[in-house]
Amino acid sequence: MTDTYIQWVSKGLGKDIAKRLGLPQPVVLRRHKPGQPLVEGPVLVQGAGSGADELASTLLSWHLDVRRHAVPKEKLGAIILVLDELTTPEDLEKPVLAAAASLRDLARNARVITVSRAAAAAAGPAVAAARQGVDGLLRSLAKELRAGATGNGIVLADGATTTSPSTLGALRFFLSGRSAFVDGQFLTVTADAGRLPADAEKPLAGKVAVVTGAARGIGAAIARTLYRDGATLIVVDIPAAGDHLATVANEVHGTALQLDISREDAGQRIIDHAIERHGRLDIVIHNAGITRDKLLANMDRGRWNSVIAVNIAAQLRINEALLASEHFRSSPRIVSVASTSGIAGNRGQTNYAASKGGVMGMVRATAPLIAAHGGSINAVAPGFIETEMTARIPFATREVARRLNSLQQGGRPGDVAEAIAFLASDAAGGISGEVLRVCGQNLVGA
Amino acid sequence: MPDHGTSATGPKDTAPAAGSAAALPQLRKAVVVGGNRIPFARTGGAYTKSSNQDMLTAALDGLIARFGLQDERIGEVAAGAVLKHSRDFNLTREAVLGSALAAETPAYDLQQACATGLETVLGLANKIKLGQIDSAIAGGVDSASDAPIAVSEGLREVLLDLNRAKTLPQRLQVLSRLRPKDLAPDAPNTGEPRTGLSMGEHQALTTAQWKITREAQDELAFKSHHNLAAAYDAGFFDDLLTPYRGLTRDSNLRAETSLEKLATLKPVFGKSLGTAATMTAGNSTPLTDGASTVLLASEEWADSHDLPKLATVVDGEAAAVDFVHGKDGLLMAPAFAVPRLLARNGLSLEDIDFFEIHEAFAGTVLSTLAAWEDDEFGRTRLGLDGAFGSIDKSKLNVNGSSLAAGHPFAATGGRIVASLAKMLHAKGQVDGRPARGLISICAAGGQGVVAILEAL
Repeated sequence: MTDTYIQWVSKGLGKDIAKRLGLPQPVVLRRHKPGQPLVEGPVLVQGAGSGADELASTLLSWHLDVRRHAVPKEKLGAIILVLDELTTPEDLEKPVLAAAASLRDLARNARVITVSRAAAAAAGPAVAAARQGVDGLLRSLAKELRAGATGNGIVLADGATTTSPSTLGALRFFLSGRSAFVDGQFLTVTADAGRLPADAEKPLAGKVAVVTGAARGIGAAIARTLYRDGATLIVVDIPAAGDHLATVANEVHGTALQLDISREDAGQRIIDHAIERHGRLDIVIHNAGITRDKLLANMDRGRWNSVIAVNIAAQLRINEALLASEHFRSSPRIVSVASTSGIAGNRGQTNYAASKGGVMGMVRATAPLIAAHGGSINAVAPGFIETEMTARIPFATREVARRLNSLQQGGRPGDVAEAIAFLASDAAGGISGEVLRVCGQNLVGA
Repeated sequence: MPDHGTSATGPKDTAPAAGSAAALPQLRKAVVVGGNRIPFARTGGAYTKSSNQDMLTAALDGLIARFGLQDERIGEVAAGAVLKHSRDFNLTREAVLGSALAAETPAYDLQQACATGLETVLGLANKIKLGQIDSAIAGGVDSASDAPIAVSEGLREVLLDLNRAKTLPQRLQVLSRLRPKDLAPDAPNTGEPRTGLSMGEHQALTTAQWKITREAQDELAFKSHHNLAAAYDAGFFDDLLTPYRGLTRDSNLRAETSLEKLATLKPVFGKSLGTAATMTAGNSTPLTDGASTVLLASEEWADSHDLPKLATVVDGEAAAVDFVHGKDGLLMAPAFAVPRLLARNGLSLEDIDFFEIHEAFAGTVLSTLAAWEDDEFGRTRLGLDGAFGSIDKSKLNVNGSSLAAGHPFAATGGRIVASLAKMLHAKGQVDGRPARGLISICAAGGQGVVAILEAL
């Protein structure tokens, strides 16, 4: 589904008209391409503490052009606002207003990233207030950014530092074109675990990954992205989708497994296939999902049950098999596709939202279980993504829906895939039980 | 016919003697790794606009996806089609080039009527056993929808002469030979060139000869549909089939059919015979479009590629009958091939756990079984002491066969080999020996090819 409006406002007369009329002015986002620099332009690191210093020197070791003080009129690729030593809300003023002076110098598709600490109750009222303040600050700032720039935050839980592997992993993700459609979001680093990849272009090298619902749409994009990142793919979909599945499998040099994931033995079938054919299993992406929309007043048993069975019951059962398997014990990764419907709700989708809310609950509760094997589990909640499914939404509704976020455009299946690929990587080993939204910062809902 | 000297079986028998297979040097095994086919579609249905090359490529790509063979150089690919356009002289190689296999994969076409698919399996398995290749894909495809239509002999001769004519008067003279009837196209048909009878009419003669009842034929057809539908419902085909052009199951399958419904159908073959005609559209296979493939390998190749080993291709045998002079029915060659094959391997019908007898017509299967149970046939035609034997019908076509699935001529062999290999692997051992399956496929021209597979 091409967004012709973006093309129209990106140049010439359309750009001029949109500007004069105050129409939305979405820009073509900078998305990751192999070989692309991590960030285009200098990176300004704001913040005075030792955490900021350590982070700045790490960025230097990545051969980035790092600034500790803004150079007036210099276009910036990113601002990193290190706020890990806040003790009172008043502490926000200095670094925040310093960063504010540089906002007009942000380049197109620039990044603003906060690094702060979790506002746990044990921290004390003033500290918690300061830390929680970052949440409101960042989400509001993200809505003020223009021209494809995004604002996201990294939250350090107890035990995580500004240079923990997953802090750096999340930082790289947020800086890069991989996070193009992630905006106004926080990732919490829960542990000092994980490690950065030896080859940043192939972070999944040597891993065997399963993607369910891979025959088309977001699932196919996930398979392609994991393949690009070096993984060996097992693509799964229902037997009736086998022809599209075969096309994807051949494209990503993987194996096709025609399997209804709601079968009782689906988990074991997946494990057996992975072990017999590829010798290991590292990553499982629960992407398969269905919608059977109906207002709740008109909901029938079939619609309700099928959505619950495929979207959440199947994932729970497969995870049980995975957690019980001796073959899923080496830093295993599970990433589930949730939905912003499960967060903010969506009229006509009570069944779907219940299932996707369920996914998020499952992820949170499974995190401590999989941690025993050095593993992690997370969810990604896509917002409006340009797929065959959303292409069927009537024109006017679709046109409104795709503009109702800070980036004023719909995301692409690949944007969801990038977030999933990051969470499936070793670099995300210290992030677990989290839900990352890929929604361009939806303006409605949470 | 016993005027052929000493042998009661007819022609001088030059086939290897029983047990001679054991005398051969120890060959390595050729194993069936798995298979893939597209659902079979009744002619004029979902695949009307699909060419043989389209369908064979789709079946290959599904196999490649299932087993991760992208960019793999396979030892050799062999496939064929019975109804084949002359432009498709390199059909299999073209399908390989259009697939995700390495372009360096060699391929050849083969054609032995309805036995094409099984013969590709046997030929390639032999190459693997001999160590000439380590991996192979056997297959077959047919489209009765996209069938080649030839011009008449008259028009063809005129066109060729026209090409040779050098001057305008010569050209006009050649063209003047053209008659209106020459413009009628020459469509393919299932008639036997030497008898003019269609395959159905031939089988009707055989069905009547062996006194096969309408009820017995309908029951076989009913079981075929019932068994195939049950296999689909159990997910049996989940790793044997890849959907194509919107079809996820064979379009000929009638899961809801009943004996009562089959009994209402009017006979279509043998109507001129004195006996009551018994062959209907329900107990005969319809014209069908489809394609199938089978991945074969040496054990070492399968192991090094982390691929399953379902069954071994033990042995195969071809036979032919003299149907032209009415000595045997057109489709009765397997009745001779199976006894020879089993004897060579020191086996009898009791040693077989799965019988896959291709259902060209219900009457074909039942006539073959009747011949094997007949003392006279056993003595005079097979040279045995009496009847060859009978089979346990519960072991026959347990997941359905051509009456339900349909029969795209060259694709049937691959369908059966892949399904049987999967069944054998699931069965494993029987009485301390590997489960064993027998495949029997009759073919036009009075031919038949049969094979034995054993579980791994």
